[in-house]
Amino acid sequence: MDFELNGDERSLQNGLRQFLLGRAPMSTVRANEETGAAIDRDLWRALADMGVFSLRADGFGMTEAVLAFEELGRALTPGPLVASHIGAGLATLLVPGASDGSSIVGLLEPSEPLTVVEHLDSLDRLIVLRADSVHLVDPREIEAERVARPLDALTPVARVSALPEGERIGGFVEAALLRRDGMVLTAALQLGICLATIDLARDYALQREQFGRPIGAFQAVKHLLADMLTRAEVARAAVYAAAVNIDGRGESTGDADLLQGARAAKLLAGDGALFCAKTCIQVHGGMGFTWEVDAQRYWKRACVLDTHFGNGDHHAAAFAAAI
Amino acid sequence: MDLQFTADEVAFRHELSSWLGSVIPHLPAEPHRDDWIGRRAYDTMWQRMLFDAGYAGINWPREFGGRGATPTEHLIFLEETERARAPYVGQNFVGLLHAGPTLIAEASAEQKAFHLPAILRGEHIWCQGFSEPSAGSDLASLSCRAIRDGDDYVINGQKIWTSFGHTANYCEMLVRTDTEVPKHRGITWLIVPMGSPGMDVRPLRTMEGSTEFCEVFFDEVRVPVANRVGDANDGWRVAMVTLSFERGTAFISEMLQSMELAHDLVALAKRITRDGASAWDDAGLRRDIGRICAELDALWSLTKRNISQAQRTGLVGPGGNVFKLAYAELRQRLGELAMHLLDRASLSIDDIGELPTHTHVHGRIHALSLGIAAGTSQVQRNIVAERILGLPKDR
Repeated sequence: MDFELNGDERSLQNGLRQFLLGRAPMSTVRANEETGAAIDRDLWRALADMGVFSLRADGFGMTEAVLAFEELGRALTPGPLVASHIGAGLATLLVPGASDGSSIVGLLEPSEPLTVVEHLDSLDRLIVLRADSVHLVDPREIEAERVARPLDALTPVARVSALPEGERIGGFVEAALLRRDGMVLTAALQLGICLATIDLARDYALQREQFGRPIGAFQAVKHLLADMLTRAEVARAAVYAAAVNIDGRGESTGDADLLQGARAAKLLAGDGALFCAKTCIQVHGGMGFTWEVDAQRYWKRACVLDTHFGNGDHHAAAFAAAI
Repeated sequence: MDLQFTADEVAFRHELSSWLGSVIPHLPAEPHRDDWIGRRAYDTMWQRMLFDAGYAGINWPREFGGRGATPTEHLIFLEETERARAPYVGQNFVGLLHAGPTLIAEASAEQKAFHLPAILRGEHIWCQGFSEPSAGSDLASLSCRAIRDGDDYVINGQKIWTSFGHTANYCEMLVRTDTEVPKHRGITWLIVPMGSPGMDVRPLRTMEGSTEFCEVFFDEVRVPVANRVGDANDGWRVAMVTLSFERGTAFISEMLQSMELAHDLVALAKRITRDGASAWDDAGLRRDIGRICAELDALWSLTKRNISQAQRTGLVGPGGNVFKLAYAELRQRLGELAMHLLDRASLSIDDIGELPTHTHVHGRIHALSLGIAAGTSQVQRNIVAERILGLPKDR
C-alpha cells in the first residue's frame, strides 16, 4: 500500500499545472468573460494534445485522470471538460472528435424543475444522460432560450424547451458507468477549487494588513484557513481513493463499493468546494465581494459543479440508502 | 498510488488473524469499566499474551524488543485486533505508545535495560505527568518545581489529567528545573516511581462519572537524579521527540469503531418508530447519516495517506493534525445524531429498553473529549495554519 503520488503521477500533475499557468492563466480566463465565454478552440485542442480527454483511452487510469482534473479545477478552465473526457474515454460511448479536441462535447441531464444546458453555442455534440440510457444529440437541433446573466459568467446557460431524442448510444450499464465516472471527475475539479481558494485566501491573509499586522496573524482568520485545508484534505483522500479503487488498485472492487466511493468523493469535494470558496470570499472581506477578485469566480463554478451528476444532498441520501 | 497490500502484508494479516482466532475465545470476561485494579490485571495479561506471541511493541524497533513493524503492518495489526474484538491497549497506553518510545530515543542504556522489557511484558504500567492546572494548551509554562539536592531532585507542585495515576508504577514527568530562562529551556524529563513518599494521587471524576483521570500532588517528593532522561533543562526537546513517533495510527481503532457504530445507527433507525413511521423514513436523518458515513470513509482513506507518508518519510506530518481536527468534529456529529435518534432513551447512560443506549451515549460524551485531549481543536487549527499554510504566529 502506498497512497502517495509516485514520481510519474507527480510529473503528470506538475506538467499540466505548468501548461495551464502558461497557456490559460487567470488573466486569460477572465478575458474570456468579455467575449461571451465562447470556448477557445485552440486551447481546447491544446488540452487534447496534453491528453486531458484521451488519457484513459490511451491506457492511463482514473487515478491519472483525477490528478489532471484537479489541475483543471484549480485553473478554473471553462468548458465541458468532463463530458469531452467521457466522450473520448468510454469505449462504447466514443464520440467522434472528442479525443483530439476537434469536437467540443457537452453533457446534459434532463432535470426538474427545468432543464438547463451549458455552453450550448460552443458545442459540436451533446451527450444526453437519461436515467437508464445515453443519447447523442446534435446541439443545433435543440430549442433553448439563452440566459442573459448566467450565475457563472464563464458557464453560459440556456433553458431547454425542446430536446430531440437523438441517437441512442448506451443503455443502463453505460448510463451508470458514465454517471459514476462523471461524479469522480467532477469531484476532482471541485478538489482543485478547494486548493485554489486556499492559495488565494492564504496569499491575501499574508499580504493584507489591519491593526498593524497581516490579518493571517489573527486566530479568527487562521482558523478559517485551517478549516478550509481540513475540508480539502478530507476531500482529496475521498477523490483519490475513489479513483484508485476504480482502477482496481484498491481493496474495493465490487460495483456497489465503487459507486459508494464515487458518491463520497462527489459529496465531500462538492461540499468542500462550496465551503472553501465561500470562506475565501469571507477572508477577502469587502474585496471578496467585488468582481475584480477571483474568489467569486471559484464560488460560482463550485455552485455550477455541485449541480452536475447530483448535488451534495442527493448523494448524501443515496449514500445512506446504499448502506 | 495504490491501496493494495503486498504479499508480505497479507501474510502478516493471516498469521495475526489466525493467532487472534485461537486466543480471543478463551479470554476471561472483561472487568467492569470502573474496576481499575481489575482492568490493570486484564490489560497487563493481554499485553503478556501479545509479548509471548511476538506482537508486543508492534512498532518498536527490534533491537529494543519490539516487532519493528512498518506503519502499514501497524495498521493491519489494529484492523485485525479490532475485527477480532481483542482487548485494547488500555492501561499499557502510556508505556507502549509514549514513555517507551521516548526512552528508546533518549534514555541511558541502564534505563532502557530496566524499563523497556517490563513495559513490553506488561509488568509496568506508566502514566503521564505533563499537564498542570495552569499549563494546558500552554504546556511549556508548567511550574511543578524540582530542585536539585545532592543526588536527588525534590519535587513540589501538582499535575493533572494523569490517566491510570492510581494503578501505574511509573510516571513520565516534566518538571521546572530553571525559572530564570525562557520557559521551554528550564524543563527536565524525569522517571518518577509512583507511591514515592509525599505523592498524593486523587481521582478526578469525569463528566461521565468515571475516574480514569487523576490529579497528582507532590510534597517534597525525592527522585534520584539517575532517573533523569536527557540533560537537565533539556526536557522540552525530549518530550517533543516523542511526537515524532506518531505514525498516523493513533485513531485507527477508534475510527473502525465509529464506522461500525454509524452502520449500527442505520439499523437502529430502521427499527425505531417516530410519529407512527420508521425513523428511517425521515429524509433529513438519512442525509445526515449519509454525510457522516461518507466522511468516515474519507477519513479512513486519509488515514491511509498519512500512513503512506509515514512509511516513506518516517513522519506523518501535518496530515495528522488535519485528521484529528476532522475526526473530532465528525465524531461529535455522529454522537449528536445518535442521541437525536434515541430521543428520550438517550437520557440513560446505560442500556434501556433493549436499545444500545450505552454505546451511543457513552460515545457522545467521549466525543466531547476528542476536541480537547492531546491538543484542543483550536491549538490544532493554529498548528495547521502556521506550520502548513505558513501564516504568522500571533504570540
